[in-house]
Amino acid sequence: MKAGIQWLGRAGIDFCQAVGRSGLFLLSTLLARPKWRQIWPLFSLQLYRVGILSLLIILLSAVFIGMVVALQGYNTLQKFGAAQEVGQLLALSVVRELGPVVSALLFAGRAGSSLTAEIGLMRATEQITSMEIMAVDPLWRVVSPRLWAGFVALPLLTILFNLTAIYGGHLVAVDWLGVDSGAFWSNMQSAVSFREDILNGIIKSLVFGFVVSWVSVYQGFYAEPNAAGVSNATTKTVVYGSLLVLALDFVLTTMMIGGGNHA
Amino acid sequence: MSDRDAPIVSVQGLHFAREGEDGPRVIYQDLYLDVPEHAIVGIMGPSGTGKTTLLQLITGQILPSSGSIFVAGKEITHLSKRALFKMRRDMGVLFQSGALFTDLNVFENVAFPLREHTQLPEEMIRDLVLMMLEAVGLRGVVDLNVDQLSGGMKRRVALARSVILGPKIMMYDEPFSGQDPISRGVLLSLIQKMNKALNLTSIIISHDVLETAKIADYIYILYSGRIIGKGEPEALLRHNSPLVRQFLEGNPDGPICFHYPAKDFYEELL
Repeated sequence: MKAGIQWLGRAGIDFCQAVGRSGLFLLSTLLARPKWRQIWPLFSLQLYRVGILSLLIILLSAVFIGMVVALQGYNTLQKFGAAQEVGQLLALSVVRELGPVVSALLFAGRAGSSLTAEIGLMRATEQITSMEIMAVDPLWRVVSPRLWAGFVALPLLTILFNLTAIYGGHLVAVDWLGVDSGAFWSNMQSAVSFREDILNGIIKSLVFGFVVSWVSVYQGFYAEPNAAGVSNATTKTVVYGSLLVLALDFVLTTMMIGGGNHA
Repeated sequence: MSDRDAPIVSVQGLHFAREGEDGPRVIYQDLYLDVPEHAIVGIMGPSGTGKTTLLQLITGQILPSSGSIFVAGKEITHLSKRALFKMRRDMGVLFQSGALFTDLNVFENVAFPLREHTQLPEEMIRDLVLMMLEAVGLRGVVDLNVDQLSGGMKRRVALARSVILGPKIMMYDEPFSGQDPISRGVLLSLIQKMNKALNLTSIIISHDVLETAKIADYIYILYSGRIIGKGEPEALLRHNSPLVRQFLEGNPDGPICFHYPAKDFYEELL
């Protein structure tokens, strides 16, 4: 009993310490003094690494997810004679939830883990230390470009995910199952609001991009400088990043639709 | 060490303890150490005695529990982050692994400090990098990637990178470990030549007795958080303290135990 309370207390203190340290880390990164002429080359390189190199997995997943949603939606809606509404169902599911959330989960697995492993290995091989000794702030040189690149890349990837998923759904619904193309697009157009649906989805992906990148760079920067430490940090990035995305999705959705219309 | 040489690094009454799972572990207790300007000073001792920790303390990466560390007359433990970074421009460190940036090629690695701290035109950066690589005998690898270099070559490239901004103090962390005899000889000669040509002060942290003794002007031997021997290499090699003799001669038996402290073996087996 006593040991259990002790363990709980220690876990609580460790948690508070980690939250405080990650907050200070973020603040120091955001306040790090940049070298203006190096900003674009460093940022664009990281944007390529976390954004362009994640494109394939994001687009392939989007096609399949769009196809599955269209197929499932068609089968259900057909029972009520509303198969023509499949475009609306597909677009709303994708732009409101599936696009931002699945892109963020894939991003945490593909780009987040790679960011953590890269920074963690830089720490383990003394590259971060040697940078500090050369009077170069690694928060600005290493962490900051990766954090901002993740923040910018995920919303762009989400937009591409949405477009590709809708195209995938169109392939199944219109080209395969024979839903009328005009009805597919016009129902979608009349049901989807730019402000309420598309923009809210992009806002979600901005938040997810920031949080996943923050977790990734933090875990990498404070990874134990050995093989087990880097592996542990990479796992934590995917687990914490994914859980935070799912939890924040609920919070943001509640804020955006105001808890629903109970009346 | 002659009296007229003012110390460029001075460690005064240093205490340092590391937090471990079973409480704090004392690494240094009341350590005093001076490094005179333009000298090559060896800091030696058995593995695990905290030699690299001393390097981290001198460069301000970690703070001592108490005591002072003066570098070029400034108390390093009292400096702000900005002042510390400014001070570090006068320091160079050669890490055991070289610590070259794996996402940059050899040229960009050596050019890194110039790009970060100067506004020099590209042609001048190129000339300086080639000059430094020529000095370490590696101008031919300028366009190679870091993973194409051998361990010894990595250290020489890292040496070129460390000295390109003209530091006042150069610190070497185990420069000879894991090197073949030729690489060791090359590094020895480079350290000595660089020290003279660039008017540096060099601190070599090592446990390689013979190599360090060949080029050092003065040697400190550390064990268990304190200095057990110090002096010029020839005098130190004749030191009669059993601790120093065991370290210098590499004897398995002596005051430094082969076994890590543990409870009685008989009791453990029962």
